Amino acid sequence: MSATNAYDAIIVGGGHNGLINAAYLARAGLRTVVLERRHLVGGAAVTEEIFPGFKYSVASYVVSLLRPEIIRDLRLARHGLEILPLESTITPLPNGDYLGRWADHDQTRRDLYRHSPKDAEAYDDFATLMYRLAWAVKPLLGIVPPDPLSPGLRDLKTLLMLGRHARGLDEQQFHALFKLGTMSAADYLDEWFESDPLKATMSASGIIGTFLGPRSPGTAYVLLHHYMGEIDGVFRAWGFARGGNGMVSESIASSARSHGAEIRTGATVERVLTANGRATGVVLDDGEELTAKTVVSGVDPKRTFLGLLDPEELPEDLVEAIRRFRIRGSSGKVNLSLSEAPEFSCLPGEGPHLRGAFSISPSTDYLERAYDDAKYGGFSRRPYMDIVIPSMIDPGMAPPGRHVMSIFVQYAAFDIEGGWDDAKREAFGDAVVDTLSEYVPNLRDSILHRQVLTPLDMQEQLGLTEGNIFHGELTPQQLFFFRPSPAWADYRTPVRGFYQCGSGTHPGGGVCGASGRLAALEILRDLRRRRRGRP
Amino acid sequence: MPAPSAVRGTPFHERTGPLCQAGNWRRWAGHLSASSYEPTHEHEYQAIRSAAALIDVSPLHKYRLSGPGAATLANRIVTRDVDRQEIGQVYYTPWCDAAGKVRDDGTLHRLGASDFRLTSAEPTLKWLHENARGLDVEIEEETEQVAALALQGPRSRELLERITDGDVAGLPYFRVMSARIAGIAAEISRTGYTGDLGYEIWVGAADAIPLWDALTAAGAPFGLAPAGMLALDMARLEAGLLLVDVDFVPAHRAIIEDRKSSPYELGLGWTVSLEASNFVGRAALRAERARPPAWRFRGIVLDWESLEAAYAAVGLPPQLPGTTLRDSVPLYAGGRQVGYATSRGWSPTLKTYLGLAHLEAESAAVGTELEIEVTVEHRRRRGRATVAKTPFFDPERKRATP
Amino acid sequence: MSGRDAVVIGAGHNGLIAAAYLARAGLRVVVVERGEAPGGCAATEELWPGYRVDTGAHSLTGIDARVMADLGLTGMRARGAGLKTLSSDACVVSPQPEGEVLLLEADAARTADRIRPFSARDAARWPDFVAAMSRAGRALGVLYGTLPPRLAGASRGDLWELLRLGVRLGRVGRRDALELLRLIPMTIEELLYEWFESEALKGALAADGVRGICQGPLASGTGYMFLHHMVGAGGIVRRRRQVRGGMGELGAALQRVATAAGAEVRLGHEVASIRVEDGRATGVVLAGGEEVAAPRIVSSADPGRTLLGLVDPGELAPEFVRALENIKYRGVVAKVHLALGEPPRLRSGGGAAQAALLAGAAISIAPSIHYIERAYDDAKYGRPSERPVLDGVLTTALDPSLAPEGHHVLSVAAQYAPFQPADGSWDDARREALGAAVVETLAKHIPKLEGAILHRHVRTPADLADRFALPEGNIHHGEMTLDQVFFGRPVAGWARYRTPIDGLYLCGAGTHPGGGLNGRPGAAAAARVLRDEKRRQD
Repeated sequence: MSATNAYDAIIVGGGHNGLINAAYLARAGLRTVVLERRHLVGGAAVTEEIFPGFKYSVASYVVSLLRPEIIRDLRLARHGLEILPLESTITPLPNGDYLGRWADHDQTRRDLYRHSPKDAEAYDDFATLMYRLAWAVKPLLGIVPPDPLSPGLRDLKTLLMLGRHARGLDEQQFHALFKLGTMSAADYLDEWFESDPLKATMSASGIIGTFLGPRSPGTAYVLLHHYMGEIDGVFRAWGFARGGNGMVSESIASSARSHGAEIRTGATVERVLTANGRATGVVLDDGEELTAKTVVSGVDPKRTFLGLLDPEELPEDLVEAIRRFRIRGSSGKVNLSLSEAPEFSCLPGEGPHLRGAFSISPSTDYLERAYDDAKYGGFSRRPYMDIVIPSMIDPGMAPPGRHVMSIFVQYAAFDIEGGWDDAKREAFGDAVVDTLSEYVPNLRDSILHRQVLTPLDMQEQLGLTEGNIFHGELTPQQLFFFRPSPAWADYRTPVRGFYQCGSGTHPGGGVCGASGRLAALEILRDLRRRRRGRP
Repeated sequence: MPAPSAVRGTPFHERTGPLCQAGNWRRWAGHLSASSYEPTHEHEYQAIRSAAALIDVSPLHKYRLSGPGAATLANRIVTRDVDRQEIGQVYYTPWCDAAGKVRDDGTLHRLGASDFRLTSAEPTLKWLHENARGLDVEIEEETEQVAALALQGPRSRELLERITDGDVAGLPYFRVMSARIAGIAAEISRTGYTGDLGYEIWVGAADAIPLWDALTAAGAPFGLAPAGMLALDMARLEAGLLLVDVDFVPAHRAIIEDRKSSPYELGLGWTVSLEASNFVGRAALRAERARPPAWRFRGIVLDWESLEAAYAAVGLPPQLPGTTLRDSVPLYAGGRQVGYATSRGWSPTLKTYLGLAHLEAESAAVGTELEIEVTVEHRRRRGRATVAKTPFFDPERKRATP
Repeated sequence: MSGRDAVVIGAGHNGLIAAAYLARAGLRVVVVERGEAPGGCAATEELWPGYRVDTGAHSLTGIDARVMADLGLTGMRARGAGLKTLSSDACVVSPQPEGEVLLLEADAARTADRIRPFSARDAARWPDFVAAMSRAGRALGVLYGTLPPRLAGASRGDLWELLRLGVRLGRVGRRDALELLRLIPMTIEELLYEWFESEALKGALAADGVRGICQGPLASGTGYMFLHHMVGAGGIVRRRRQVRGGMGELGAALQRVATAAGAEVRLGHEVASIRVEDGRATGVVLAGGEEVAAPRIVSSADPGRTLLGLVDPGELAPEFVRALENIKYRGVVAKVHLALGEPPRLRSGGGAAQAALLAGAAISIAPSIHYIERAYDDAKYGRPSERPVLDGVLTTALDPSLAPEGHHVLSVAAQYAPFQPADGSWDDARREALGAAVVETLAKHIPKLEGAILHRHVRTPADLADRFALPEGNIHHGEMTLDQVFFGRPVAGWARYRTPIDGLYLCGAGTHPGGGLNGRPGAAAAARVLRDEKRRQD
């Protein structure tokens, strides 16, 4: 074994969390290497020029909750991260009308007022409450979950801090939080609003990435996330990454490299090496071995515990917990190259609306039916879609005059009846184009290329088990100290020196990066303690 | 269908648009509203205090409550006793949430036994509906349908008498009547936001332009001038009138408890009728009245010499703006912060520098000496101020009926 | 009539239990009931001459043993007033589409044997599952025996209560408490997925997770609903237990207990309104205009009917009214009662399943989780399920006296049937179509059923709403979804039986810990009233 293969830390998987983890470790002076199976880093946050001249944010397509402290700590702006505003959401309706929510408050109010005067008012009341609650729960994103079974002093301190932060909530706000945590998005929104397109579009944020319908309890909580960005003030990191979402990953990789981290692509980790219950390194699929006292997995919990390790090395109850950890994918992605700008029949012509998002969510029943189609092992014949046209804001994404359209599609089951094949993939893509054509008459004729990703494709191409974009469903029993399993929610594993830093750990989900950062802070904490000679 | 614009003109915009030489517009509830029409606002202010001024207040939210349950609904919401409100009477009133914290203030016009118009600064439709459970009442929003003009100033009565068939001279303070103005059906209320003699005129949006034309044509001999928000702000400060989002935060928009105020804390105790029917927040206000409120809302008069001295210290004459300031600054007594001033400005009529302030009760007695923070040449200094009663300016003509 | 200490509205089991406790504590209590019989949903009606039918609740399984013992209805002190209960060790008969029948029994080892033909792996896991559910039920029982602690704006006393709850939970074990926390938000599908592979078994169990709620087994909180049935059950799924002579005997017995303690029970009187003066309840006005003054009003009617129907909404804060209006009821259960001229015979012929059915086991039509979910899909869009989930009990199996000799009564709870169909309202044609769908579904497994039916009676959720004053036909006085239990029952902030009106209490199934004929709300509300009374005297 050559000396060059000896590192302080090895990160398995070059997704955004793995890269963030590596950047923090390298910044602290560790000799760090990231091993990525594909030819490029980024995991699900990649920009690829599949067709010449057209750049696709292949999977993840907007920057939503990337933690501002990460942007600051890693100086991502200097490393090329530029976030362009995503200002509006338009819901086209079957009757030719639309419902719009805009960056400007008065404009949104007028648009909502057209649909329901009461809702225009309720929307502000709702926003006031959500803003307050988002602020109350925000610290959760920045803490290591306590161990509920044998809480230590530090865990009690964490709980005390959370309690103190939440104490400012009045009774009504507290109860709203309770309701948000338990209700379906549709039921919760029913308590506030009467306009169905508004409720449907708002509830859509609660179903993204889950295998649940808007009437399924547990979907209301995500309504808060929409307001999470607000509490970061005008510095909120919400929008498009210039150059596509791959630029998020590239900027982190660049930051990591600037601190001395090495990033190797085309390096598939076969297994984590252990000795005496300690991680000692990894072995690649070509037999090459790399050594390090710290090994960090950015891949999902199933791959981390059941793939990289031999389950024999793990306590039985942990293996059991990981086996039953639910990780069903529910979404697909369609990327289109277009010869001209799409023309929405509800808002014809070009205009600022094309710089925003379009949500195909005309009614709650529409979304429920989309869910019904998929839940018995199929895909939605008329799916929910979240659409952006990045080339409208960032002309570099397509040749002049041409456009790229990113369509997030739900629902599609991973274990579709009979299994996914080429014919089913194309049928899925057709369902998307057919449905969208009802709102965009010039769509079909302007399509130059089409890329369709099914949940199976996301597993095979991006390494997302079962195509789940969150590395594990964000249901209450899989959050916080349950993510991925009680006692092992603090980024550590039973194998000393082996850590987890992917979205399958708290807080998980979305291009948020908190998991990668928190894991790095825990690793550094352990190293400091070890240096001081404590166990 | 085009996207809705963020702002639109009021029903008077066809006339006010060209008049606004200053190009100085602001937004008011999604409408364009002139800050001043002339390049400076001094003349507009003087029109309010010495002649007559026309102020477009159409962006106010307006609701019509009618039907057998209308009076009960009004009584359920406002802090004043609607049972005692006569037909043709207008109430200025706040309304509260269940905790007795002020959501908003506005005017309640009793147009008939079961017919009310409520004006408000904040949208209130949902709140009206939420309180109308079990009542036979029709709630109609008429914000866009009804145009409103404030005709304010000492000569407003004479002017109005020229072109209306209504008994303007006989209309007492805070009363409303139906009348025709140049043939246009209107409600005329003796109300306003200037603390002066004045009227507010309510007409259908389609009649807005004819009304404007009739008033401006008749107004020339009386020195009538259109006035914008800057002039109005000065006048309302002199009158000691509260401005939402400046002097108080609506309870339902307050992110934290500390931002909320009860009517007692806003100096509006006189509007609270605890014996009246059970309005929202009564129980909380009863409990509050049992103990004196911790906060008071008061006028303050700034000591000009101390301001002058603060500027002189850096070699400058006083450089305070001629418009009303709406940022909050700390107030001190005995070296400790005891409150904050929310509105401040020069009173051309009283020739003093005034303010409105939230003060801890023990520092709120009229005559209490305070210190106020002033920023002079990038550095914080302190001037002197004295707690005063509001209104600062209260001419007899405001209420008088000849 | 004057000089009462408390008026109890409604002589359902919770109302009578509350009245009995209050009267025993020396309060002068009157119970006012609009119906002609006590018991509320514990009702036995002679629908056809000679056939006594349990038309509301048909199982006594969930009743709180301590309450029953306290009131002298079971246990050592049960003599005169005692109830004779009948139970069966055969619990559930679940016929499958292909003709096999899954049988669940009280005995875990025997049940494992029954499961083995469906899945050897599941059979091996069954005893562990029973043990795990028994532990979860015990932990949940701790919560059920406690007032939901106030968390928002908690005072020192509240924190003390919370601490005490923590200690009591600690006694069942931190691991069990944590496991309960994990299980509660689960879908019943997720909960069962962790244990079993047999669709037949998962379907039969999952039916308990959706009972009375307008959600399918893929919905979060259905795991909790399943556990709700596990409280006090020792891990036994749906043990059959009924009252000899019909469930109506429970009401009669409770009335005797309350009367013996000094309470007056006035049947056939409807409360028209609750009088409130200056934020305090002062009495009730009956439909005839008679006023009954009392400083305490304890209502077993549902929260909406009590506070929005009987109290002037002007007395309540709009936020509170809004919370009440937002309570989800959404009844989904219809009842179909069949009088049979002969015992029902399963297609599978004789054997253990047939014997179990005739020994009193319930017949469950819920052959898979997807079957239940599809039944829910219909209801989601406001249609009765084309293929409903059924839970039938042959009450005459345990108590032949309920029908003429040799005849039987089969009472079937059918889910899902919307309270208000999307395309109109219930009428005779729709009601009969529902009855026919139920019979048709059963007849697939009981081939000679149609020929044996002498009478059929159908009650839709709308009918149940009328008959039993169930809000929107909801059998639990409010859906037992996670947002509407514990702190959230009946509405957040008012989960401790009191209301914003001084002296007005709730004691029905719409309060913690909810419905299903368990009697805990009535007992806990009475305790609350008495504690407040004691505090006032101090």
